[in-house]
Amino acid sequence: MKRFIKWLITHPFISSLVFVMWMLMNTLSVGNTIMALIVALLIPKLIDGFWVPQPQLHKPWKLVMFLIHVIYDIVESNIKVAKNTWLPKHAPRPAFIFYPLAMQESFPITLLTSTLSLSPGTLSAHLRPHDNTLLIHALDVEDPDQLVNFIYERYERPLKEIFGC
Amino acid sequence: MWQLIIESVIALLLVIGGLAALTGAVGMLRFNDFYMRMHGPAMSSTVGIGAVILASIGFFWFHTGTFSAQELILMVLLMVTTPISAHLLTMSAMHMKLPRQSNTQGGPFEINEQIDQD
Repeated sequence: MKRFIKWLITHPFISSLVFVMWMLMNTLSVGNTIMALIVALLIPKLIDGFWVPQPQLHKPWKLVMFLIHVIYDIVESNIKVAKNTWLPKHAPRPAFIFYPLAMQESFPITLLTSTLSLSPGTLSAHLRPHDNTLLIHALDVEDPDQLVNFIYERYERPLKEIFGC
Repeated sequence: MWQLIIESVIALLLVIGGLAALTGAVGMLRFNDFYMRMHGPAMSSTVGIGAVILASIGFFWFHTGTFSAQELILMVLLMVTTPISAHLLTMSAMHMKLPRQSNTQGGPFEINEQIDQD
């Protein structure tokens, strides 16, 4: 019985995520619940062959703090870019910056690059696996080293702590 | 009284969202090269969409009493997918060696040999 449940639920996290998504998108009824169960059990089974193991969450509490920081930074950089757009005095000073990555795992790196692209003003342009650097295009930058430091302190160090890598 | 406060908050959110979307569009127009123009849509897809969705959730919560979680899913899915398309667009722009503004600091070797745009 135990082995059957283990065979049935290969990825508990994805299963619960799909189940919650399905229930939120439809109205609550018996039919929808059965359908949600079927989908939640079937989809992880289908993607199992392509699944690459990802680093585990070590400190989930820090992830919440990270998200709050990211939302705050998005709002702040929106105001900055709006200034660059509307005020002729704040003409943008664009720059390409190399950012040396301190981590190797693909999922935390994806989170970092997504965070950078999502906040206006910075844009991840290219990931170079051979020397583990990230090419960033920044809209308005005074001192590139300061931006590199900021990204490390604000995003990469928390991510390394969260995923323990 | 409460109705007035809630409705003015919703209206404020709608105005903020509209202004952010407008700023993103104006940025596309005013910036000089492709890489700078990529920063405009990031604005409309974060604060623009976010404020409008928050306003919509608030409005329907207040008027019909149902909290629509679908719209939160919409926001999350947008936040997951926009960075990927932005990254791919920038990468392909670099491989096509699109010109950049001449005062751009730093030069990756991918686009170094080209002539800068004024």
